[in-house]
Amino acid sequence: MVAQRLGLGLLTLFVVSLIIFLGVEALPGNAAEAILGQSATPETVAALERQMGLDLPPHERYVKWLGGIIKGDFGVSIANSRQISELIGVRLANTVFLALMAAIISIPLALVLGILAALHRNSLYDRAVNVVALSAVSFPEFFVAYILILFLAVTFGWFPSLANVGPETPFWDRVYRCFLPAMTLTLVVVAQMMRMTRAAIINLLASPYIEMANLKGLSRARVIVHHALPNAWAPIITVIVLNLAYLIVGVVVVEVVFVYPGLGQLIVDSVRTRDVPVVQACSLIFATTYVLLNLTADILSILTNPRLLHPR
Amino acid sequence: MTDQNSTVGQSADAVAPPPPRDRNWADAWRELKRAPLSAKFGLLVILVYVFVAFFAPVLTPYGESEVVGPAYDVWSDARPLGTDNLGRDMLTRLLFGARNTVGIAFVTTVLAFLIGGIGGIIAATLGGWMDQLLSRVVDILMAIPQLIFALLLLTIFGTSISNLVIIIAVLDSTRVFRLARAVSLNVVVMDFVEAARLRGERIGWITLREILPNILPPLAAEFGLRFCFVFLTISALSFLGLGIQPPTADWGSMVRDNATLITYGDITPLLPAGAIALLTVGVNFVVDWFLHKTSGLKDEH
Repeated sequence: MVAQRLGLGLLTLFVVSLIIFLGVEALPGNAAEAILGQSATPETVAALERQMGLDLPPHERYVKWLGGIIKGDFGVSIANSRQISELIGVRLANTVFLALMAAIISIPLALVLGILAALHRNSLYDRAVNVVALSAVSFPEFFVAYILILFLAVTFGWFPSLANVGPETPFWDRVYRCFLPAMTLTLVVVAQMMRMTRAAIINLLASPYIEMANLKGLSRARVIVHHALPNAWAPIITVIVLNLAYLIVGVVVVEVVFVYPGLGQLIVDSVRTRDVPVVQACSLIFATTYVLLNLTADILSILTNPRLLHPR
Repeated sequence: MTDQNSTVGQSADAVAPPPPRDRNWADAWRELKRAPLSAKFGLLVILVYVFVAFFAPVLTPYGESEVVGPAYDVWSDARPLGTDNLGRDMLTRLLFGARNTVGIAFVTTVLAFLIGGIGGIIAATLGGWMDQLLSRVVDILMAIPQLIFALLLLTIFGTSISNLVIIIAVLDSTRVFRLARAVSLNVVVMDFVEAARLRGERIGWITLREILPNILPPLAAEFGLRFCFVFLTISALSFLGLGIQPPTADWGSMVRDNATLITYGDITPLLPAGAIALLTVGVNFVVDWFLHKTSGLKDEH
């Protein structure tokens, strides 16, 4: 079961890389013409094509491209002729830092809010949290971001409105500067996770063994935390991992709002200049992370469910 | 769900004439009066947006991209919300934005439903290799995060409104396909579909006359949710400067163009963002109520 899922995941990764590669093949013209511009003579284009390996047939180029990426060589940017791996390196670390920070804040928060909502089902708190959650899901990320900037950065001046971090920014300063972007991402993903946690626990509250625990006279909190929660882990873990996958994508807009030097900012700039190799590289990184996280969610849900782990 | 489908199915398939129109309207009106406050609020919001979208040119004295004063002018009687970064009237652009942003999102969603809905029903009706082929294609398209895929495709094809609409519609049709296929599979196995097949009806008839009427309620609810999603995606792309291009008035790009004002504590740039948020909340409220009414279907995101 797990092995089958792993194989399927690898196949997906292969197909995704193929799509990202082939999509660019569909472009009129090629990278060599784009670099040299309008005035290039056919001879110079041909020379550069040979140098970049563009004269090879597509399947050989695909193998070369993928082989290079596995070794960490993403090729050269059209816009500024720099090594893409050089452009990506620090930015990738920045993006991962921001996503992790958002995850570290949002996951415990969502769990606690969800468990409390399940504990006080249909209370005023439960309904209020639900309405807020439903609204937060429907807000665009930049709306949440600018509201936070308006209040926490402009009105009160507690946090900086720009998250300009450099390679030598000390750790705690980095955390401080990243607080608002991380908060934005948190607000966007907490709603979904919280609702799922609540639903997973409430689903279980109807089962006979919970009734048994209630009849034994255990307190509500004990029933939920010790009896219901262990069996609710599978769906909760799945939704957490899926939201991490969402974080990776949601990061794009948030990085642009806060001018954070991450991968999202890079992909947006590159789309604007139509710097195809960079967009290709960034898409591949985002897509791979997304596929791997989805795969992790699937595998974890199999591992935490004995009935799926030992199918008849 | 199965229950409900079968009853709906029989009534749709029956030879008896449909109930008179005005009784339908009376029913709808009664339902509406009993709707929760949130749903009424949502409906009101949607109606206001539709009204503004249709009558935008009448509601404002200025043109969509007419420069009427200095840039970043303050709120005044002549220009209630001030001017934007190029000195265009903010309120005018906000009103026209209802037409452009909402209109484009709506067209995209309709297109996504045409592609995904037809594909899903066909996959469920035909089954076999056709189902396998379409389902695997959809699996692959869904493996790549939507926004990233959209960015990649926009790089390849260039940023224009028609490209934007087609790209988002195709990417979003995958989710419609999944739902349409899943609900159609429940209907395809019903006896009345079998009867239609034995009568020798063509695939087009079976799709449109037998299956479609029975999967409309879940598809209608999904339309609301997908519209919100498409609307948010297009706004996000416009905000990134890769969606709807100037001088077209559009809420996403309006936020982007005027964002600097926020650092001075001016809330004007938040208004278009708020307009986006208000509409999605409104639609979500209505969909929530509709789902409650029609079936126990859960929303996915």
